[in-house]
Amino acid sequence: MSRIARRVLPGFRLSLGYTVFYLSLLVLIPLVACFLKAAELSWAEFLQAAWSARARSAYWLTFECALVAALVNLVLGLVVAWALVRYQFPFKTMIDALVDVPLALPTAVTGLVYASLYVQDGWLGQFLVPLGLEAAYTKLGIVLVLIFTGFPFVVRAVQPVLAELNIEEEEAAAVMGGSRWQTFRWVIFPNLFPALLAGFTLAFARGVGEYGSVVFISSNMPFKTEIAPVLIVSRLEEFAYREAAAVAVVMLGFSFLLLTLISLVERWSKNHEE
Amino acid sequence: MRNDSVAAGPVSPSALPVVVVPAYIKPPSPARNDPAWVRYTVISITYLVVGLLVAVPLAHVFHQAFSAGIGSYFQKLFGDKDTRHAIFLTLMVAPVSVAMNVIFGVLAAWLVSRFRFPGRALLVSLIDLPMSISPVVAGLVFMLVLGLQSPLGSWLRDHGWQIIFAPPGLVLATAFITFPLVARELIPLMEADGADEEMAALSLGANGWQMFWLVTVPNIRWGLLYGIIICNARAMGEFGAVHVVSGKISGQTDTLPLRVEKLFQEYDLPGAFAAASILTLLALLTLIAKAILERKVNQG
Repeated sequence: MSRIARRVLPGFRLSLGYTVFYLSLLVLIPLVACFLKAAELSWAEFLQAAWSARARSAYWLTFECALVAALVNLVLGLVVAWALVRYQFPFKTMIDALVDVPLALPTAVTGLVYASLYVQDGWLGQFLVPLGLEAAYTKLGIVLVLIFTGFPFVVRAVQPVLAELNIEEEEAAAVMGGSRWQTFRWVIFPNLFPALLAGFTLAFARGVGEYGSVVFISSNMPFKTEIAPVLIVSRLEEFAYREAAAVAVVMLGFSFLLLTLISLVERWSKNHEE
Repeated sequence: MRNDSVAAGPVSPSALPVVVVPAYIKPPSPARNDPAWVRYTVISITYLVVGLLVAVPLAHVFHQAFSAGIGSYFQKLFGDKDTRHAIFLTLMVAPVSVAMNVIFGVLAAWLVSRFRFPGRALLVSLIDLPMSISPVVAGLVFMLVLGLQSPLGSWLRDHGWQIIFAPPGLVLATAFITFPLVARELIPLMEADGADEEMAALSLGANGWQMFWLVTVPNIRWGLLYGIIICNARAMGEFGAVHVVSGKISGQTDTLPLRVEKLFQEYDLPGAFAAASILTLLALLTLIAKAILERKVNQG
């Protein structure tokens, strides 16, 4: 349709012009400006700002918490998706609807509620703190809110694939004497794997950039509970714009890397389906 | 159609995935009979996880907000001048940034779904880019370009335009965060529909404008509404990016989510929860509207 369409359908130049204009103004120019700002630093200064001990511990914490949360979500997401697709139980529709809540709830609300639930006299903290599980103002709290924000991604990635799975394959496995576990391990799991991987990467990427909910529940102490976005904000509050830009460049690099990874996973899982 | 948008559409971290499990239930087969203990364990874990992770926090928001009685709740919400202003500011900023992204989304979807040109694939991935950038970094880039320390920012201020630490900055940062949300709803929809009806309209003598309003818009209306709802929910709840560009001046540049943080830091928990309850209510309304629309779109 391409060549004919361009001759017949109107608006090619208008839509191309406006799309490129708006994209450049709102996204590309500001991003380039960030790299240029960081480039004002000499290499040594850049390293000092973007790769100091404090910055490295912030990156590591961000990465570590997002990874742990995404791994937990991988397991929980599979279990919940399995229940929602395969079993009937009371309040199923409601549970299904609740899974979407983390996607719509503003992050500030998440942070506020979680901080208040897990303090010593909070609803959940009163049971957990005596057990030595202190979530408020600790690393555990960061992981908890990241589990919350990333949770729907795995469930919603696995659910449709599980629902579309051919019953014949499972029947064949059962007929040939496979146990339920063997069927899961060798028939079902390989089919779900691409979806699980996609959900995992999405949850992880979301966790790496998360800011709103984390500032509430973490004590934001350098070297201990300070994630990379918090470091950027505190650099900005010191009016150290170039240093803030340097940290941002590292985070942007990581985002681009993840984005490439996500599109590779998507391409691979699409091929896998066919 | 909704189902492929998950598998085939460009997916990025903070988007709202759209999933509809087929309504028909597959014939039960003995091959799918999991042992009872597995069934019960899986269902119990599901209750526990969704309950602790989602239901308890939701209940907690409203319980805390109303803990001192309904009168005190409304007092906290509307009696406080700064909270009132924050509600007003959020209701101003979100629609403007949504409108910006709707205009962009419709034009970008038209471009990508109707024409093939060099650089198209690159353009599609650039449209998705803002979703994978941390909100704080998004706020920072605007600060660097338009802040008072930058040449452009100080030039603008000398001519009476303050962007950063003012509502225009909030709009820009919010528009950046929600940038692709309308476009990515429309692109798969318009690609699936194809251009046949539009070509027919043109060959019957419609001009471009008539074709757009009488053929294109009616065809995409539900998808467009869906995109607007999702975009609006994100815009109202945005925190990280506006946090950086707002300067957090009470009664001037505090949006509702920023107001929640400020009240929390001032140990005014009832006030913080009252403000949070409004945002939670908006989120729940969004989910209900989304569910209704999904049903509509699936019916065609």
